[in-house]
Amino acid sequence: MTDTMISRGPVRSRRSRILSQVGAHAVLVLMSIIFMLPFLWMISSSLKPNAEIFRQPPTLFPEEWRPYNYVEAIKSINFFGYLINTIRYSFFATLGAVLSNSFISYGFARVRWPGREILFYITIATMMLPGIVTAIPMFVFFNRIGWVPSIKPLVVPAYFGGAFYIFMLRQFMLTLPQELDDAARIDGCSELGIFSRIVVPLIKPPIIAITLFTLLGTWNDFVGPLIYLRDPRHYTLSVGLQLYFTQHGAEWSYLMAAGTLFTLPMIILFFFAQRIFIEGITLTGIKG
Amino acid sequence: MRLFEFKKQRTRNLFWGLFFVSPWIFHLFAFLVYPIFASLYFSFTDFNMLLYKGDWIGLGNYRELFEGDPMFFISMRNTLWYSFLALSIGVTVDIIAALLLNMKVWGLAAYRTILFLPAMVPGVAAAMTWVWILNPKHGLLNAMLASIGIDGPYWLASPRTAMISIVMVTTWASGQMILIYLAGLQDIPTHLYEAAEIDGANAWHRMRYVTLPLLTPQVLFNLVMGSIGTLQEFARPYVMTGGGPANSTYTYGMYIFHRAFQAMRMGLASSAAWMLFVVVLILTIIILRSSRRWVVYER
Repeated sequence: MTDTMISRGPVRSRRSRILSQVGAHAVLVLMSIIFMLPFLWMISSSLKPNAEIFRQPPTLFPEEWRPYNYVEAIKSINFFGYLINTIRYSFFATLGAVLSNSFISYGFARVRWPGREILFYITIATMMLPGIVTAIPMFVFFNRIGWVPSIKPLVVPAYFGGAFYIFMLRQFMLTLPQELDDAARIDGCSELGIFSRIVVPLIKPPIIAITLFTLLGTWNDFVGPLIYLRDPRHYTLSVGLQLYFTQHGAEWSYLMAAGTLFTLPMIILFFFAQRIFIEGITLTGIKG
Repeated sequence: MRLFEFKKQRTRNLFWGLFFVSPWIFHLFAFLVYPIFASLYFSFTDFNMLLYKGDWIGLGNYRELFEGDPMFFISMRNTLWYSFLALSIGVTVDIIAALLLNMKVWGLAAYRTILFLPAMVPGVAAAMTWVWILNPKHGLLNAMLASIGIDGPYWLASPRTAMISIVMVTTWASGQMILIYLAGLQDIPTHLYEAAEIDGANAWHRMRYVTLPLLTPQVLFNLVMGSIGTLQEFARPYVMTGGGPANSTYTYGMYIFHRAFQAMRMGLASSAAWMLFVVVLILTIIILRSSRRWVVYER
């Protein structure tokens, strides 16, 4: 499975193998530096005093450390207000996605009913529709029922499922042996009982994956909040930071400090759940 | 008696099946079917949300797009150009990265983490950081270029380099495709390479006739999903350049956003959204049809 093209073969000599490994490392190290540099630059800029930040040539490590930038950054934007709004959005959308999708997927994977396959194909097909087509009437609708500005239009749809998560959970649920349900049915267990007592405890891996993906998606979301949260009191970090950026574009040390604080939770999340992210994303490609 | 039991079982299953998928059926109607028809209807009216009224104007909006609005063509051209650049550069860089990662190098997990990490960064934070890095006078990139004697370009500040600068950021953040290509590479069965080697294939032959052909399903996936995504690109240019300089990064997503959510011209914006749908559809059909000739499925 994990075998590769280079490291095999009786024909290949030891020397050429070492050479190709060294070459691969050289390119990978270079790529890693390029990919990491923006992070380092963000953190380094966030710690520099204003005099140093515009100096030529720039210093990669601050000569004078100024962690006070972080305090200034938090004070100059309504950081905690935005943070609370972001957490609220992430929390309620994630809760909705987990509850609704596991419930819906049970109907797609564990109950046999006419029309199930057709509905599943329709579900997959909806992923091809550009979101922008439906975004305009949805805005008009949510506006009419008085949900603008608020996070409700961003959160409530999550409680009614999402195509990709249904796909992901269904694939996983199909791998659970059917005998589990049958045995429970013979014992007189209802469908709701089978779902909550037998299936839910077994689908922890995809549920964790959905939790992480939704957390990431909502935390980083910019367009949704930009459209619906048309009031500074409702702003999430994305929109709040963008607004500050367009108004105070030259205050780089504060912007980078706020950006670092905004990015940090996602980096921490990734380090704790790396394997789940990687497996979840790998699953995406199977469709192809 | 047994037939009766069977029928009862079928009705019971139908009930429970629909019971569990009912939230999703609601979603399909409320958040997809209804808005699709509403949007189609809006596109034939001059519905404006500021005035909150709209009359049927037939093809008026579509006529305005094609005849009255130069930004329509400018933004469409920019978007197609962006999509082409982002996909061609993205596919190349991501495949190269995945091939390198697949060489059983020591420290694979660390490299993989580093190459994927940018995909975790909030778009707004990444955009701000890159604007700072690409700053022509004080930015890191031009300082690095200057240190090796190169007079760096103006990046986002010049109409000639602004779009490619944004594509750079897109590629930097495309770590999930690297993971998908890597998984594809790890799925290629070893015996194919062994067979190729017995036939006397060298490293280049194995790459050209085994590895790359068997990676084409992932390329197809990348192209289809990527074209839907890149043709709607909005956030990155919106934050980084606001569409400038000289409209060189004004994307179609921004065009629709400005018409819909700033001018509140929902009718015109809906017709613009449908034009995007048509473009996405045509491109997807072209990609899928051509894929019969270049995607290899046999394993």
